[in-house]
Amino acid sequence: GMAVIGLPFDLALAAVEDTEKAIMDFTGGKKPETGKITLTAPEIAENGNTVPVSISVDSAMSGDDMVDSVIIFAEGNPNPQVATFRFSELSGSAEATTRMRLAKTQNVIAVAKMKDGSVFIDKKQVKVTIGGCGG
Amino acid sequence: MANPKPRIKIPKTASAGEVITIKTLISHEMESGQRKDKDGNPIPRQIINKFTCAFNGTTVFECDLDPAISANPYFEFNAKVPESGSFKFTWVDDDGSVYESEQAIEVK
Amino acid sequence: GGWSKASAQQMLSEDDLLSMDGVGTVTLIHITDIHAQVKPLYFREPSINLGVGEVKGLPPHVTGADFLKLYNIEPGSPQAYALTSEDFVSLAKSYGRMGGLDRVATIVKRIRADRGEDNVLLLDGGDTWQGSYTANQTAGADMVELMNALSPDAMTGHWEFTYGAERVKELVDGLPFSFLGGNIYDAEWNEPAFEAWKMFEKGGVKVAVIGQAFPYTPIANPRWMFPDWSFGIREEDVIKNVADARAAGADVVVLLSHNGFDVDRKMASRVEGIDVILTGHTHDALPEPVIVNQTLVIASGSNGKFVSRVDLDVRGGKVQGYGHRLIPVFSDVIAPDAEMTALIDKVRAPYEAELARELGRTDSLLYRRGNFNGTFDDLFCDALLSEREADISLSPGFRWGASLLPGQAITVEDLHSACAMTYPAAYRSMMTGTTIKDILEDVADNLFNTDPYYQQGGDMVRLGGMGYTIDINQPIGSRISGMTLLKSGEAIEAGRDYAVAGWASVNEATEGPPIWDVVEAHLAKNPVVTVNENHSVKVIA
Ligand SMILES: [Mn+2]
Ligand SMILES: [Mn+2]
Repeated sequence: GMAVIGLPFDLALAAVEDTEKAIMDFTGGKKPETGKITLTAPEIAENGNTVPVSISVDSAMSGDDMVDSVIIFAEGNPNPQVATFRFSELSGSAEATTRMRLAKTQNVIAVAKMKDGSVFIDKKQVKVTIGGCGG
Repeated sequence: MANPKPRIKIPKTASAGEVITIKTLISHEMESGQRKDKDGNPIPRQIINKFTCAFNGTTVFECDLDPAISANPYFEFNAKVPESGSFKFTWVDDDGSVYESEQAIEVK
Repeated sequence: GGWSKASAQQMLSEDDLLSMDGVGTVTLIHITDIHAQVKPLYFREPSINLGVGEVKGLPPHVTGADFLKLYNIEPGSPQAYALTSEDFVSLAKSYGRMGGLDRVATIVKRIRADRGEDNVLLLDGGDTWQGSYTANQTAGADMVELMNALSPDAMTGHWEFTYGAERVKELVDGLPFSFLGGNIYDAEWNEPAFEAWKMFEKGGVKVAVIGQAFPYTPIANPRWMFPDWSFGIREEDVIKNVADARAAGADVVVLLSHNGFDVDRKMASRVEGIDVILTGHTHDALPEPVIVNQTLVIASGSNGKFVSRVDLDVRGGKVQGYGHRLIPVFSDVIAPDAEMTALIDKVRAPYEAELARELGRTDSLLYRRGNFNGTFDDLFCDALLSEREADISLSPGFRWGASLLPGQAITVEDLHSACAMTYPAAYRSMMTGTTIKDILEDVADNLFNTDPYYQQGGDMVRLGGMGYTIDINQPIGSRISGMTLLKSGEAIEAGRDYAVAGWASVNEATEGPPIWDVVEAHLAKNPVVTVNENHSVKVIA
């Protein structure tokens, strides 16, 4: 059976290039590498209005091995920026979960900035569907 | 907007240095500023734009929120508990309102 | 694998079907997707079940003569009848109906007797409580009572959830065994809502069974019926649960899964440490396990038509060997278990007269399975077009529902086997050509996305009054073309409004008569059903 989804955005959607630019703003122009950061989100959203997203960065969170911040983008939303997490030594580990709105099927991207200035990226496609019918 | 109501899930006790998981929810519309009313006029943005968790005055975790965060913002994160004390949670609204909640934890 | 090579002329015996040299000390019995079919029935397997990407041409995406060739099955044999659509009508007349929970009971009892009660695990893959008139009338209670009599050790679920959260909790709380679902979470606090896995000691070894409910239940079915539960594939949780089970001393790890076949094949390739995946949801019946790395993927069919037996030889904390048989439940060969027959009669007694009420008859074979259409769906689509005065009708691509042979009466029971559900409203609404295309593209991507984790496991939505062309190898947005209104032969226009009738909307407060009333009214006016071959979907594969 079909569902009609109501989403919180009526306005025009942003271009993927806006996300590219925002990533560069966050990293100070440095191209992020894959690895260290894992983004977890459902393959298909149950509800485009509240899509869980988790990030986890492989870091001891002490001494030199510290995560400074992690930024999340939804590259198909009107404004791609979703949230920026900042961690500290008291974080214990660089992990966080929140819930976001997705206007349509798109890539969700997380970029981690380490205290030493290195930057890491992970992305996942999240499908926002009308709803299907099963077996 | 109805008075936002924070809710926290946090253990009551921990061992010294233990990393615990904290979950928070706060009731809030998170009006994105990107919707239109039925007459086609934009509905002004009003969101919680910042969330902070501090332990005994030291910042543990912070988040800057954009309008893409869902209504009733949810956060789940970890915290190291060095000693007995108190976690303070703060949400800052676009209209300048600040919503707070505090939870004590005992190190055993 | 494989059964004895009985030819079409040879009489089968219960012993042919059930005798098997045991391997090792532990046996798993798997049954799944019964869809509340407790009486023997005809069920035609699909003639078209296309795979895309890496799984193109691999089982279960092999049908008909190709399937017979792949598994070295003689055309016309009992196996050919049970496993394919080849020559279905004439073989159905030779070999009779399949399934029946009383026959399943006989099989389960015999395996327990042969292997020893304490060495056998009976695992139910879900889609058990929904799909019949009586299950709908009793909100699943009849199936719970019947299944409890089989004493399963665990189950997982999918359509079970369409009875709504309160009813599910009530039924699950009353089960004398575990309802497992490691991928079901409380949506508010992101905490496990069901037991994820359970350890069993069988045949001297520790067997951990991890439950995986249908990941897309809140998308494929109405989320508003269980708004506090979130599902998903959650591969990271499967990895964690496997590790936890191993850490707790599991010698064998079994995933009791309702993921669907392609999702499970991918999961087996990515998650280490699962010995056996008992797969469900996509209703595939395979006579041999598909082995991915070291993992056996077992597909046990649907509608009570098959029972899988998997023997495991476990030594030194490892599976060293296995035996497998997909047991076809030939209802005329396997003697019904008298106790279960009596119980089935008891639960059906209040409804017998209504179940047997004849609504019409069919001159054509009516069936469901197939990627793009089924003749039973064509009947539904015709009923929606005429009774709801629509230009176009939509009927969901469910994989459950019995088949009817030419000449059979269509009873209330038969009709409900194809539509018994808790959100049956037959809506009528205006949709633009663009909306209709978007729906088709969306459903097609659920079926033909090259990444199985993005698939939902049903078939293409069925259409009445409209034809189209589908290129399954294109991406979303580019698969559907040539949309044509059949009554005029004109192209569907993007901006024009069309009257569309359909049923099983996942939207809350959908209005309309239940689909069974629509079909019954149609049959009252057209009591003899003849469905011509449907050529309105052109497939580029
Ligand atoms: Mn099923
Ligand atoms: Mn299913």
